[in-house]
Amino acid sequence: MATDTPTIEDAGENLPLPTTIASGAVAAAVLLPLVWLVRTALDVGLSEAIAISTRPSTLQVFVNSAALVTVVTVASVLIGVPLAYLTVRTDLPFRRGFTVAVSLPLVIPSYVGAFAFVSAFGPQGAFQRLLAPLGVERLPEIYGFPGAALVVTLYTYPYVFITTRAALKSLDTTLIDAARTLEHGRWAAFRRVTIPQIKPAVGAGALLVALYALSDFGTPAIMQFDAFTRVIYVEFTSFGRDVASLLSLQLVAVTLLILGLESHIRGNEPLYAGRQGGRTSDTVPLGKWKYVAVAACLAVSGLALVVPVGILLTWLAQGGADVGNALAFRPTYALNSIGVSAGAAFVATVAGLPVAYLAAKHRSRLSDAFERATYVGYAVPGVVLGLALVYLGTSYAQPLYQTVYLLIAAYVVRFLPQAVGSMRASFLRVNPALPEAARTLGRSSFGAFRAVTLPLIAPGLLGGAALVFLTTMKELPATLLLRPSGFKTLVTHIWTATASGYYGHAAVPALILVAVSGLSMLVILSQEGYDVK
Amino acid sequence: MSNSTMHATQTEPTETTDAPVLELRGVEKSYGPERVIEGLSLSVHEGEILTLLGPSGCGKTTTLRLIAGLERPNGGEVALNGTAVSGPERFVEPEDRGVGVVFQEFALFPHLTAAENVAFGLETWDADERDERVANLLDLVGLEAQGDSYPDELSGGQQQRVALARSLAPEPDVLLLDEPFSNLDVDLRVQMREEVRRILKETGVTAISVTHDQEEAMSISDRVAVMNDGRIEQVGDPEQVFQQPESRFVAGFLGHASFLPGYVHGGEVTTGLGPIPRDQINGLAGSYDRTRIDVLVRPDDIRAIPVDGEADGQVVSRRYLGPTVLYEVRLDDDTAVQCMHNHDESIPLDTEVRIELDADHELAWFPTDQRPPDVDE
Repeated sequence: MATDTPTIEDAGENLPLPTTIASGAVAAAVLLPLVWLVRTALDVGLSEAIAISTRPSTLQVFVNSAALVTVVTVASVLIGVPLAYLTVRTDLPFRRGFTVAVSLPLVIPSYVGAFAFVSAFGPQGAFQRLLAPLGVERLPEIYGFPGAALVVTLYTYPYVFITTRAALKSLDTTLIDAARTLEHGRWAAFRRVTIPQIKPAVGAGALLVALYALSDFGTPAIMQFDAFTRVIYVEFTSFGRDVASLLSLQLVAVTLLILGLESHIRGNEPLYAGRQGGRTSDTVPLGKWKYVAVAACLAVSGLALVVPVGILLTWLAQGGADVGNALAFRPTYALNSIGVSAGAAFVATVAGLPVAYLAAKHRSRLSDAFERATYVGYAVPGVVLGLALVYLGTSYAQPLYQTVYLLIAAYVVRFLPQAVGSMRASFLRVNPALPEAARTLGRSSFGAFRAVTLPLIAPGLLGGAALVFLTTMKELPATLLLRPSGFKTLVTHIWTATASGYYGHAAVPALILVAVSGLSMLVILSQEGYDVK
Repeated sequence: MSNSTMHATQTEPTETTDAPVLELRGVEKSYGPERVIEGLSLSVHEGEILTLLGPSGCGKTTTLRLIAGLERPNGGEVALNGTAVSGPERFVEPEDRGVGVVFQEFALFPHLTAAENVAFGLETWDADERDERVANLLDLVGLEAQGDSYPDELSGGQQQRVALARSLAPEPDVLLLDEPFSNLDVDLRVQMREEVRRILKETGVTAISVTHDQEEAMSISDRVAVMNDGRIEQVGDPEQVFQQPESRFVAGFLGHASFLPGYVHGGEVTTGLGPIPRDQINGLAGSYDRTRIDVLVRPDDIRAIPVDGEADGQVVSRRYLGPTVLYEVRLDDDTAVQCMHNHDESIPLDTEVRIELDADHELAWFPTDQRPPDVDE
């Protein structure tokens, strides 16, 4: 209300009980699959566990994954932050168009990207054949680390781009004006004022990138790079359950480390970040650097978008007329994909609501712990989560096993933090006086939430749901493991077709997938526009 | 402090009925180890406008939130119409208290129109009655034509009118106003004060407002409660609080105040301005004979007259306040006093002056042990 209002720093005793229980239940449900992992790992026995964990091949996997995560995260920040700055704060031409173009790689599943890059830049690939008349015999090696790092970066940097953009847009530009009147040049002002302000947002985006890089299954598999996920999958399919579960636990440990790092960077945000400052439309003139900037934007979006779409169209043109019905595409696949994705988006939004509300409005150690717990599911690779749920389903929930409900549960566990993050940010923007005003006008705390808070966070709710929808559309490993028999979606069809070498049959579903995901991306971007109002 | 604001407050004497509408008894509030409100007691009567006045951080907004039920007290009791609403065994939720609040930044719901905002608290009303009530209130605050506008289409003053109409709509027993004018620019602020007072008096609602602006407090309130450091220092009608402050803090917070050290003996008090008759000092008990005291002089109680020789002190600074000029004179005993003159009476700096006491009321005084440790005013 006024200057002497204390901050709402709860010691924990004032948390609203029903919300806390709901939030705790969600956190527990998300952590449940991990229980299975720990149980299986415990069965191994200590001495053998140490032996497996310390053998050179395990250490090599750890080094590989750590290198992949580090390189991808750093590269994503180096690409995402400048692009965000260019599209928000400078006089870059076609800013709107570039914003969309640079965000769009997020809609292309990384495994589709990986196929396309292998197909384009691999030995005897399209690109090499194109360059052959010029005497190019060999292209740089695409398989292994370079290819995996390149592909994962190209399809995850938009996380950093989008979060940084949002922070830059809500940045109070009078702060920059203030710095400049205090004899700071543009660069010094950027370094000393802008960077500290956008750091939490960059950190949040980088967290998503790092977790994605760590848990991505498709890309390392295709690039034949021994990251955790690939080795776990290989071990599991060759009946090495012990090794798989131990490696999975190590993977979870690395995840916790990353979460800790991000939490450290995030620091203390204000509880109410409502001051949408800076009405001054002070844009930075690029001058002759304009051409360099345009070239950079074109290069990034071109590489990430044109290569896979071009390859898909090539496959489509070549067709796949000579195979049987088994691989023929049916429209129901697309409907199945959309159905489970919409279901996952809905459930994730409902389940994430109490967690996000508690984390934003009643910050305490407990609510922070619940919020962090939802991230763990996101970091558990789809392979591991899929297997955990197969086990849980067959042991404890037989009726649910082999149903779409369990499949949707898996998606929710994996993608919950996307909904939570988006909603939490929206809650932070709601002036706390508004629900209080509703209380003094005769509404109960739930009534005030429904009549005031909910309509105000609706854009964030929709944005979060769209993000969950988008990522569920692309999800591969858990879908492969948990789908009911005979239930086919776009991604399972793409996987089957490409795995058996009939690329032409992957073209139609892949293009549909990209188109539907593209539409939900537009929803996300338009919600961002609403925030600016 | 201009005289016009003083006069505005002398209208409408406080109606006093037997039972207070609102009563706070020994209310305590702490955030962790920090105690914000200490043993606060206060009664507010039907139809009265009371203002909590104090510097920022004194706990006045917290007091308002405790009354509204937006905070729970750690001790003591809040009673509305004789029934405890916050106490050791009872806590009534804000929505069940019949207390309206006008928030500092108005807190209008951005997704609802002005009319929908006003109708927000009338959810349980019959639709026709609700529409009529909303129309009446928009009429009362002079916004008949703006019912369909959204808050971001309204000016600051209009937003405040909507906020006021919204909080009055459910016919609250008590209306709370949190720094209601702080978001308005100066011209509008003065106009809205009159307007808000008119509207409150027209509806007859009991109102408690909070401000750090003494002029605002003086001009809209029937009574003023001056708060400092979580406690109420003095409650009374504005004129009484201004002229007879019970503590040095109140004297210093309300308007310009100079403290003149004096020595009491027999029928007079010896000061840097010469002797002041004891009759002119308010309630100076016999036991203070032959002690040192501080006499409160307001800038309009004294006048500086340029003289050659026989001077009391020297003009050391001059501040233009628009129609008046505030002079600071350093007396020969090193005490500083402030005096107010019309803008057309100009006295150059460093002029030797004699100070003439020109007050038609009794002067307040404080024992010297109330002096703050490191301030020399």
